[in-house]
Amino acid sequence: MLAKRIIPCLDIKDGRTVKGVNFVNLRDAGDPVELGKLYSEKGADELVFLDITATHEKRKTLASLAKNIAKNLNIPFTIGGGIRSVEDVDVLLQSGADKISINSAAVRNPDLIGDLAKAFGSQFVVVAVDAKLIDGEWMVFLSGGRVKTEVRLFDWVKECQERGAGEILFTSMDHDGTKAGFANDPLAKISTELSIPIIASGGAGTMEHFYETFTEGKADAGLAASIFHFREMEIMDLKKYLSEKGVSVRR
Amino acid sequence: MNVAIIDYNAGNVQSVLFTMERLGIQATLTADHEQIQQADKVIFPGVGEANTTMNFIKERGLDKVIPALKQPVLGICLGMQLLCEYSEENDTDCLGIIPQKVLRFQPANGEKVPHMGWNQVYHLQGALFDESLEKKYTYFVHSYYVEKGDFTTALCDYVLPFSAALQKDNFYATQFHPEKSGCIGEAILKNFLKL
Repeated sequence: MLAKRIIPCLDIKDGRTVKGVNFVNLRDAGDPVELGKLYSEKGADELVFLDITATHEKRKTLASLAKNIAKNLNIPFTIGGGIRSVEDVDVLLQSGADKISINSAAVRNPDLIGDLAKAFGSQFVVVAVDAKLIDGEWMVFLSGGRVKTEVRLFDWVKECQERGAGEILFTSMDHDGTKAGFANDPLAKISTELSIPIIASGGAGTMEHFYETFTEGKADAGLAASIFHFREMEIMDLKKYLSEKGVSVRR
Repeated sequence: MNVAIIDYNAGNVQSVLFTMERLGIQATLTADHEQIQQADKVIFPGVGEANTTMNFIKERGLDKVIPALKQPVLGICLGMQLLCEYSEENDTDCLGIIPQKVLRFQPANGEKVPHMGWNQVYHLQGALFDESLEKKYTYFVHSYYVEKGDFTTALCDYVLPFSAALQKDNFYATQFHPEKSGCIGEAILKNFLKL
């Protein structure tokens, strides 16, 4: 059976991994390549590297980081942060990235999704979406949650799929950093309405939260950062727990 | 040992090259006919679209070179599909080395396409595999599959049982990405390099 994936996310600033609580108060958690290797040995199914400073500081490429990761890792990884063009992505592909993730640039220029899918294949294009519940409606935010838009989450993810996205990484800003569980209601709606895989992000605190997001939230993968970085949860223990609860995981 | 990785500027060829480096193997990324013909082993990687890739292969004359190779050849993902006869992906005639067809997944129970992630391989046969690999997880990313047939050497279940690996004579192929399948993938690549 296809396994549910456990994905540690390494947020990167100035070449170091960090994790913000609700996107502020950054804490240092180490070297991205070393940490990535460690996670791959400890049972991570995939890794996501996001340069959270990139959009803000207009940095164009993450090529050297991608290359360094690709040389050292034997599991798939996604890299993102500040990607704006087909040229940006071409450099990352040549550097050995398996997938790239785009966020703000896709909302500002939706044609980018189709252009990337056409140039590199849908499987290469992950669209990351940050959203927040505002007056009963899930709305998309940009630039690491700093900029509100008038784009509705459910309309946007459908459009992403139609334009050629291969996967959606959905982060609920209301849940991110709370360790109170994933946003399973919107996740289940997205997962049911779309035919591409969905990565749940934001709110992981306990093993039960992962179980709930794979069952109630119908997520294909669960992503978390600080609980793994600060050793609050071991991936092997999490997989043992999920397996005992009947969730298919790679062990 | 001299390993040639066929470079056709489409797939994630870099990861295969990096994996060879990690295994301590000298590998060359090349589309040069002579270099490919003289290599001890040839790897035909792939991520991309079948029709565009076949056209590129024909433009470079590789459609004549690859089928005539006598050393062990390993097709990966799209590389495996292109070793077959025909792909439904944009109605593409492939290299025709392995007489099997490539079809699109038709989800019956809401399965997502592409088939993306780790899945178990089983009923393993042939030199790429040993008993310890039975039912282990390998990494897949694909929307088209090779049906189960006479040349199937491993199966995987998604929508239906399909070919996770093929072999005909000196041509070996995996639908999954051994270069992305952790230690299990490295074991399979080592088995290929030992041939």
